[in-house]
Amino acid sequence: MSTSPLLDVRDLKVSFRTDDGLVEAVDGISYSLEQGRTLGIVGESGSGKTVSGLTLLGLTGSRRTEISGEALFDGTDLLALDEQQLRKVRGQGIAMIFQDPLSSLHPFYRVGAQIIEAIRAHQKVSKSAARARAIELLGMVGIPDPAGRVDAFPHEFSGGMRQRAMIAMALSNEPRLLIADEPTTALDVTVQAQILELLDRLQQQLGMAMIIITHDLGVVAETADQVAVMYGGRIIEQAESRELFDNPQHPYTWGLLRSVPRIDGGSGERLRPIPGRPPSLIGLPEGCAFAPRCVLANDACLHGRPRLESAGPDSHTAACVVGLDQRAKAWQATQQDLDDSAIKTAAGVSK
Amino acid sequence: MIVLLFLVCFVTFLVFYVFPSADPAQLRAGRHASPAQVEQIRQRMGLDKPLLVQFWDYLKGIVTRADFGYSYVSEQPVSKLVLDRLPATISLAVGGALLWLISGVAIGIVSAVRRHSKLDRFLMGLALIGISAPVYWLGLVALYLFASDIGMLPIASGSNTYQPITSSPSSWFNSLLLPWIVLAISFAAFYSRLLRSNLIEVMGEDYIRTARAKGLSERRVVLHHGVRSAITPIVTVFGLDLGVLLGGALLTEIVFNIPGVGRLAYDSILRADLPMIQATVLLGALFIIVANLVVDVAYAFLDPRVRFE
Repeated sequence: MSTSPLLDVRDLKVSFRTDDGLVEAVDGISYSLEQGRTLGIVGESGSGKTVSGLTLLGLTGSRRTEISGEALFDGTDLLALDEQQLRKVRGQGIAMIFQDPLSSLHPFYRVGAQIIEAIRAHQKVSKSAARARAIELLGMVGIPDPAGRVDAFPHEFSGGMRQRAMIAMALSNEPRLLIADEPTTALDVTVQAQILELLDRLQQQLGMAMIIITHDLGVVAETADQVAVMYGGRIIEQAESRELFDNPQHPYTWGLLRSVPRIDGGSGERLRPIPGRPPSLIGLPEGCAFAPRCVLANDACLHGRPRLESAGPDSHTAACVVGLDQRAKAWQATQQDLDDSAIKTAAGVSK
Repeated sequence: MIVLLFLVCFVTFLVFYVFPSADPAQLRAGRHASPAQVEQIRQRMGLDKPLLVQFWDYLKGIVTRADFGYSYVSEQPVSKLVLDRLPATISLAVGGALLWLISGVAIGIVSAVRRHSKLDRFLMGLALIGISAPVYWLGLVALYLFASDIGMLPIASGSNTYQPITSSPSSWFNSLLLPWIVLAISFAAFYSRLLRSNLIEVMGEDYIRTARAKGLSERRVVLHHGVRSAITPIVTVFGLDLGVLLGGALLTEIVFNIPGVGRLAYDSILRADLPMIQATVLLGALFIIVANLVVDVAYAFLDPRVRFE
């Protein structure tokens, strides 16, 4: 805790001008991440989590994008870098892997060639040395017979192997931060677990920091040290991983937790989806973005955006204007699997 | 492939005989010939035999002796006449193809990378004109402006008088420069629009994002990752276009007075010269079939996913 964080994002805002209006994809998020730790960013699709990751690498830039805030990586503001400087960061300082490994690998080039290209983009090494390194990397991520597989095309790999190859490529320049955007979403459940284990092992081996972007709280529970929950382009709750699962403070987080199937739940137990839809990021209402879907919503929720305020130990913060003790009662009721009106009654919310 | 050529051959034969104005014997005999003379010519040319027998004889000649018959008009061997004309057509088609491929691809890339810019709009506007302008009109305008004899800016010397490459490479080049450009314009325009839209689509792919995330230069991302994918469909079209043109670039050959296969076919049709028509049609079909084959093979090279299917 003594050193300054590896990544320090402050009030990052990203918006896109579209024909339909201004899309405020990321609306002022802040977080920091220390060397060797893992941050899970959780949210539904359209919550701004992917955009926040891409922006760190300068991959959302265009004439229609407006970006503000700061993203200090090792003391340098990534948002202030020009294209030339960003290229040095990409792949070398910060690497990224994506959701669908089939479409993320170039279909016409051999897997090895794509890794070699990544190595030679940052290191002045001979082709044969880069090739040897590519084989070593493929072996490291658990691809059997790496020397034989290095010349295979992506379509000759299975989904899990493709993601392993993507990881090998991402790690080829030993980045200090790896951003994994939904790394397991496109994979079978059994393969998911293997990939997460692999990421975990490699992280410890290489001592890098990691951001895992996902909609799946299960993935976060397995990998993350700290969690940020995003909704409507903002972080609405942030805590150490254990604290968040033990003591969630935002009604949206409850909703996420309740909609995850539990192995200890009764066989007749139903999943409880969060009613309604995620908000459009064009012209968000003035109040809390989650209010229209929230059981505890009251008039105060409709005026002014709630700010992240301390809600527990270890800098646990949540953005909710409902009183802490009211929320505590509601969370208790939620855990007893009561229906919405019972939760309201327990929390003492008038209709 | 053989079956296809056989069918082409048969249909040409059939069409020719159903065609009302085509009595080669009458045409050969001249205006004042007596019916007996016409009949005599008919017998000598074998035209009195039943259609299928004639067709059989024709095929037998091709297969056993590589004999395509003799021109009704000049009475020279058809194969010699066609082969004489082939170099001019190949010169025209290949030169034009290189030109339109290079310029079309280059313009397409620039337009896609700078899309919605003024340069893009200007280039795509030009392309639209290029696609819309007919070759014969473009050819005449080009001659009017640049030909050495009638042109206002006579910079293309000998553009109206084709010279074989064997006689003088420099005058061959000069004589073909304008035809190449004229032939290339409409193709280049089409290719640039095609490549532009392909490339714009490809640049939105996930693997382009991956390439950028690796830290590659934008130049490498576009050329090595984007164009590599976007150009694949172009190769298909290119192969077929070239195949068609090798069978004779009729309009360009006529406008620029180039003695190519297209001109030969055209003249033969006017004179109801069946063996010549047959041979030029067969040649055209052969080029198209071979082009198709080459395209399929090339595609497997370009797209590794095809190889395993």
